Amino acid sequence: MNALLRKLGKCGFRLFLASVLAGLGSAAGVAAPPLGYLQSFGSKADSILNLTWGLLIISILVVVVMTALVLWAIFRSRDVSRDERGLENIESSKRSVHVFEFGLGLTMLILIGCVAWTMVTLAAIDHPHEKPAFTLEITGQQWWWKIRYLSDQPSQIFTTANEFHVPVGVPIKIKLRSKDVIHSFWVPALTGKTDLIPGQINTTWLEADKPGVYSGQCAEYCGAQHAHMGLRLIAESAEKFEAWRKDQLKSASEPAASNAKAGLVVFESRCAGCHAVRGTSAGGVYGPDLSHLMTRATLADGTIPNKGGYLAGWIADPQHIKPGSRMPRVALSGEELQAVTAYLRTLR
Amino acid sequence: MAQISAIPIVDATPELARKLDGIWTSGSGVLGWLSSVDHKSIGIRYIVTAFIFLLMGGVEALVMRVQLARPDQHFLTPEQYNEFFTMHGVSMIFWYASPILSGISNYIWPLLLGSRDMAFPRLNALSYWIYLFSGIFLYASFAAGVAPDAGWFNYVPYASMDYNPGINIDVYSLALILLGISTTVGAVNFIVTLLRTRAPGMSINRLPIMVWGTLTASVGNVLAVPAVSLAFFLLWLDRRFGTHFYDVPTGGQPLLWQHLFWMFGHPWVYAIVLPAMGIVSDALPVFCRRPLFGYTVVALSTVLTMVIGFGVWVHHMFATGLPNIGMSFFSAASFVIVIPSAVAVFAWTATIALGRPRMTTAFLFFASFIVMFVIGGVSGFMTAAVPVDWQLTDTYFIVAHIHYVLIGINVFPVIGGIYYWFPKMTGRMLSERLGKWCFWLTFIGFNVAFLPMHLTGLRGMPRRIYTYGPDFGWNTLNMISSIGAFVLAIGILLFLVDVAISLRRGARAVDNPWDAPTLEWAVPSPPPDYNFVVIPKVASRHPLWEDRLGETGERSLLNRGCSLDDGRETLATTSIDAEPDAILKMPEDSFAPLILAISLSGLFVAMLAQSVGGGVLALCVGFIAMLTWLWPERVTFRPVEESHG
Amino acid sequence: MADAIVLRPDRGSVSDDLKKSSGWWGMLFLVATEAAVFAYLLFSYYYMAIENHSVWPSSAPSMKLALPNTIILLVSSVTVWWADRQYIAGRMTEAMDGLAASVGLGVVFFGMQLIEWHNKTFTLASDPYGSLYFTITGFHMAHVVVGLVIMATLILWLALGHLSDRRNSAVSIAAIYWHFVDAVWLTVFFTFYITPYLS
Repeated sequence: MNALLRKLGKCGFRLFLASVLAGLGSAAGVAAPPLGYLQSFGSKADSILNLTWGLLIISILVVVVMTALVLWAIFRSRDVSRDERGLENIESSKRSVHVFEFGLGLTMLILIGCVAWTMVTLAAIDHPHEKPAFTLEITGQQWWWKIRYLSDQPSQIFTTANEFHVPVGVPIKIKLRSKDVIHSFWVPALTGKTDLIPGQINTTWLEADKPGVYSGQCAEYCGAQHAHMGLRLIAESAEKFEAWRKDQLKSASEPAASNAKAGLVVFESRCAGCHAVRGTSAGGVYGPDLSHLMTRATLADGTIPNKGGYLAGWIADPQHIKPGSRMPRVALSGEELQAVTAYLRTLR
Repeated sequence: MAQISAIPIVDATPELARKLDGIWTSGSGVLGWLSSVDHKSIGIRYIVTAFIFLLMGGVEALVMRVQLARPDQHFLTPEQYNEFFTMHGVSMIFWYASPILSGISNYIWPLLLGSRDMAFPRLNALSYWIYLFSGIFLYASFAAGVAPDAGWFNYVPYASMDYNPGINIDVYSLALILLGISTTVGAVNFIVTLLRTRAPGMSINRLPIMVWGTLTASVGNVLAVPAVSLAFFLLWLDRRFGTHFYDVPTGGQPLLWQHLFWMFGHPWVYAIVLPAMGIVSDALPVFCRRPLFGYTVVALSTVLTMVIGFGVWVHHMFATGLPNIGMSFFSAASFVIVIPSAVAVFAWTATIALGRPRMTTAFLFFASFIVMFVIGGVSGFMTAAVPVDWQLTDTYFIVAHIHYVLIGINVFPVIGGIYYWFPKMTGRMLSERLGKWCFWLTFIGFNVAFLPMHLTGLRGMPRRIYTYGPDFGWNTLNMISSIGAFVLAIGILLFLVDVAISLRRGARAVDNPWDAPTLEWAVPSPPPDYNFVVIPKVASRHPLWEDRLGETGERSLLNRGCSLDDGRETLATTSIDAEPDAILKMPEDSFAPLILAISLSGLFVAMLAQSVGGGVLALCVGFIAMLTWLWPERVTFRPVEESHG
Repeated sequence: MADAIVLRPDRGSVSDDLKKSSGWWGMLFLVATEAAVFAYLLFSYYYMAIENHSVWPSSAPSMKLALPNTIILLVSSVTVWWADRQYIAGRMTEAMDGLAASVGLGVVFFGMQLIEWHNKTFTLASDPYGSLYFTITGFHMAHVVVGLVIMATLILWLALGHLSDRRNSAVSIAAIYWHFVDAVWLTVFFTFYITPYLS
């Protein structure tokens, strides 16, 4: 029995090691998962990642060593001659006490080192190394993100929702507020989590060093649709960002097609209570700003893609797609639905 | 009154045993069971009830794993999922993890300590009845479709009236406050028992580590439980009486909730593992055929862990925007708390290495516990670093961490402990054959379910989401975890099958089937109601191994001692050196604890219904029950001392 | 090794022996857990005061009633202590008198606290300060009422002769509880009435 267990122990141990390495490989690998954080793309996340890897490697080593030690302790060869019911000699040899003390001492040294490294990292990422390019004010609410680009000049302030752009290579300051319950802002590739707590304003910052699309997610349980409260951050060159920003500042133009014109009428009467579109009389603040809806890749904050029949499906029955969502089922006739969808499709 | 009367030291004889039997045996039938104050009966009730909650929490988990096995599933609605994950956490953390350890401690402490019962037998019964009724109170909400749905941690404002107007949160709040009474009362019982009713000679350095563990947890509970009871009480006031503790528009502070909750929550997680670690510290050496290596440092590390445990709670709040200086302190403390845990891990490993392992089922659970302790420990160690925590927190990495520490450090020692003590409790052995199957299925299932979750978390899967999209890279990992969960469930099921079969057909157990050293193995299996025919006198940590260990020349005295047979009596000793101090008169069976528990539960039902009349009635009944309980009819103690002439 | 365990003869000091009753120890730890409740309540007060300094009342509440009330409660602790000593010395009637005095003083405290509550311009539901004030003083009042019930019960038992064996520790145990209620009041009084002057 013991020999079999010994074999099982060795086998299991190797399997365990292999799976750990494979797992880490996949997590850090080329096809990094959208919300994974074993790859970083900004100076803040870089510092955090170094410490993460450090602690992860120490952890894995500790587990490997201790598992090996326990297995050795169980299976190591012993004299066979002892009577089964006998008791072992309890004289703790000086050697075992020394080994114990050594292990404890090593543990303490490692811990002190980790404390120091943690403090250094914390201090390093507290503030960006240069002045932030601009400040975003992000207000979380059940279950979407209102994102406001602040500026000293009131004419340069604009609002969008769930998806936002930043220029690469410069830090961005973010002020976080909540309209209702506690949420948490998290874009794993660029920054750790910061909570949005009603009644106070928390601040964070991030910086993207490479152009790309970075996913984020609300990371504090906030109710029924916490699962569908994502973020999409697009980092791009300074020129492309400027172009996007100027575009966002523009008001929506008058729709040309008659279908869309009819849709605007529906929109202003049925949707404007909650939604805003700059350039129209719709100025509702309870729901996301839709001025440039078609520039976003998803609808309902990451729940469905913004293409094909999804938009009409969402407007027709939001509760079916995102049960519990604050958007009610607005009773629209087939014509009205087609019209308003056509109008919304013009909002680029 | 100058008369000195001697209480002689006598031999343990069958006549004496019969006499004690007559004095101590509880009544028969349902009434006898309802009025019994025997710690063994109460302990078994605790264990059975806690296992029922474990199973319910486990079923809740399996349902969740079905929902999460694949992306975009609609097996559960979001609201249902949120109720399930809340009830899973609440059931496991509150209604299983602590009561199971209370139950085992309740059963075994007086036997370990050489006493006839706990210091407060009726209080013991009260704590069980309140526990049972609070659990029924909670689960009634599930049956009525109004289960709490804001997570076990119940953060405001989401748990406040504005966002959660139903009675779901009120049920949770009141059920938990009611349970808190049971926990507190039970903790006081353990502490006073430890301080007062040990056998002569069981000085503080001869206590089994399990006693240290439960004692430490009890002191922690006495100081920490009020925080959570208060947090929920203030929430109930906010919700139903319009107060402004947490609601933001009038200046309430959502973070006040988090502080109060975690000032309780962190010590609590140590309270639900330290006694289990103690079980391993006492039972593992038996299967290594030698005493525990480093007894003193392990005892000290137990206490130190709880003490430091009161100083780390903010590490649950690292993302809330607190100033760096405050967070740094708590971060450092969270690293420091690794040290006493490391001490224990090294001690257990050394015990095995320097011993001669016997590969029983119990040993397998205890040895594997060490590895899982280390895994759970390092994942916790990683979160002590504030910036790293900002990535790890609220992801499945934390889910992996908590299950390694909860299942690895609580459930595994519990199952191992039951394999160890089942013979003593029931007079029958569990099946080693079934036990090995149970162990391997549980161990493999658990690791297949939770080891990949570290990776799932590192790949960014957040906690508490009812579903996820197919393009996040979590699909395979979730499927693996779900499969593992079901294998784990089969393992647990097999354990229950083993218990059921062995109760009827298990091999008969002798007094000391494991050749273990502590006092409980000196009495028959199962023990008589009075535990010991004569109060033993203890001379070392390992009374039954003294001859063979040769640690000391003194010998414990097990067959000669005070009979204390003038009604129900046990011996009280001094706290540090355990010298005889007083004879304690123990109470007869009583219905007062049950009545008081019913009235307290009635009070909480009245509070839920906001019925003043009901509350007043409940208080009156409770008052009468307490009056009956405390009515002075007899003297409760008589001071004594040893005579040497 | 001892041949026997003996019943201790009566010596002068019974009070040492009272520490041998389990109930005495149980009450100590009950006091510890209830003290923790108040510690967390006061923590909540200080936390809110710091976070809310803009909307917290700027002036301290008047001590017109609270200060005499505090003294009344302190005196009631003295009478309980005295009653306990009388009981240990075997003077049952005096013990009952002492307890009755404590109950009387406690009832006065209760009444004056009700008047103070009535005079407040805010309620439990006005604002965080109001919620904290009434909750904390309310918790304390509940403990006072429990203490009054305990002492009244003791007077009844003394009158019926049930506590004639001086080793019964019921009076000492009740005294511990009442002293605790008093000590808690001092911390509550300090928090509400004194700290505003310190900031």
